[in-house]
Amino acid sequence: MIVLEGRNLTKHFTSARGPRGRLGKRPPVRAVEDVSIALRAGSVSALVGESGCGKSTVARLLAQVYPATSGELLLRGEPVRAHRGAAFRDYRRQVQLIFQDPFSSLNPFHRVRYHLARPLRIHGHVRSDEEEHRRVAELLERVSLTPVEQFMDKLPHELSGGQRQRVAIARALAVEPVALIADEPVSMLDVSIRLGVLRLLEDLAKESGLALLYITHDIASARYFAEDITVMYAGRLIESGPSEAVTQSPRHPYTRLLLESAPDPDRVTPRDTARHGEPPSLIDPPGGCRFHPRCPVALPVCSTEVPGRTELGEGRWTHCWQAETPELTRG
Amino acid sequence: MKIKIGFGILVFFALMALAGPLLIGADPAATSDDGLQGPSAEHWLGTTQTGQDILTQIVYGARISMGIGVLSAVIANLLAILVGLVGGYFGGAVDEVLSVLTNIFLVLPALPLIIVLAGYLPQRGVGSVAVVIAVTGWAWGARVLRAQTLSIRRRDFVQAARASGEGPLRIIFFEIMPVLLPVIATSFLATVVAAILAEAGLSFLGLADLSTVSWGSMLYFAQNGQALLIGAWWWFIPPGLCIALIGTGLALVNFGIDEIANPRLRTIKVKAPRKART
Repeated sequence: MIVLEGRNLTKHFTSARGPRGRLGKRPPVRAVEDVSIALRAGSVSALVGESGCGKSTVARLLAQVYPATSGELLLRGEPVRAHRGAAFRDYRRQVQLIFQDPFSSLNPFHRVRYHLARPLRIHGHVRSDEEEHRRVAELLERVSLTPVEQFMDKLPHELSGGQRQRVAIARALAVEPVALIADEPVSMLDVSIRLGVLRLLEDLAKESGLALLYITHDIASARYFAEDITVMYAGRLIESGPSEAVTQSPRHPYTRLLLESAPDPDRVTPRDTARHGEPPSLIDPPGGCRFHPRCPVALPVCSTEVPGRTELGEGRWTHCWQAETPELTRG
Repeated sequence: MKIKIGFGILVFFALMALAGPLLIGADPAATSDDGLQGPSAEHWLGTTQTGQDILTQIVYGARISMGIGVLSAVIANLLAILVGLVGGYFGGAVDEVLSVLTNIFLVLPALPLIIVLAGYLPQRGVGSVAVVIAVTGWAWGARVLRAQTLSIRRRDFVQAARASGEGPLRIIFFEIMPVLLPVIATSFLATVVAAILAEAGLSFLGLADLSTVSWGSMLYFAQNGQALLIGAWWWFIPPGLCIALIGTGLALVNFGIDEIANPRLRTIKVKAPRKART
């Protein structure tokens, strides 16, 4: 069942600084363009892309940290319109966001107990102090911060990065959401504890039927962790499908580049670095397919027209003019 | 070190204001026949023209001067916190209005305004003088706090609090304000100094309540009695020195807090490099 869906989401930011264009207006940063994404209950979807491609913006649009420039959001099929008031608060209750940096997402002045008890209180899940204590203990147990009594009265600076991220996850769960958006939840954590946090998220999705969106730059962890992968480049979606299919036989040249750039101990031959280049500026993105300046198989049409969606069956699709000629895109 | 010296000075004056009058027990306004006497065993700091004991006046004056200083700093900081945090957090039209208000109070020439306001006061008690000083002195604090709030409201923990459904007032006072406490503390101390100076200035000009003894009113009477011309240095130097010392003490504590809150300002003790052995 599709819990949360974004349709044709677009977000343009107006920069506060920088040169003014014609008419004294500063050109907008086209952070996200025409992104459609759907999250299903009890399943993990991944959104993959390199730094600055607009992944976090998509996360914040879905969590309604700021409104979209255009496009619409559907929660259980119902369009979301409210931006304030009780209806908006209800939306916030259903969709929760986990931030990338556990060192800045917890207020340094509040204890763990406060961080978890506040959402419980706000949304009326607890009525008495006794119940609050019980529920906070339950939440800590769910994210494996045991013994709970010991963690309850700690301040954020007394916890490690992994423990903080677990507190942040528990705080999101306290609200009892139906969808959880995890924006690079493990990229700031030590490699040795990443797997633990990812397993925790996976279990939570499976157990409580949460729809989880896992946003990452690491396509290898997305493959391990998510059922579907959607790849994003320079503010646009370029390919999507079941994670095994996308990672085994990528159809878009950028997905291939991304897979090649992941470290692989089995690869012996040095990879080809000649055509790598830089991601484009989002103030003045390249016309047509935004990947064409870096694309090894670009056609003349790529620089003039945006490729439409090519359905490849089994829930796979890609935006590429070469999608019909797989032998080319497969390199 | 700075903070210790500053704190020592402040504790000394605080004890003087709180316990001093109980120890001395005399009436600071009581006159006697020994007018204009220099420091002696009987009158440690000498007497005024009308034979009032200067030491007694200094000790009682500490209560008024520090009381007005702290009271008006409390009022000014409450105003600054309210205006700065609310404006900085909400932004938009609210911020525009509050910023304009802050800027108006910033450019108002404070002392002339205080003089005018104090001149119109129906009764010039300690409380009303404190309010007048506070009303003209809150704007800097509000501006600093607004700027800090603008940066903090974008931080993840504020966004996270908003995402978990916290209301705006709760975010302002429970999430943002604790982070700003060092800033609030420094601005509080700075306002105390400014308020003590302003009170002294008002009293010196004869615009405060002259029936209560404060350091400022002592200076006023010393000026009226032409202490400088007579050469009665013991009349005007003690209150002036007290004001200067308390200002120094507060400033030192302020520097100390700055150094603790902002490690980049810390002076690092570098040991003299050992002579290189060859």
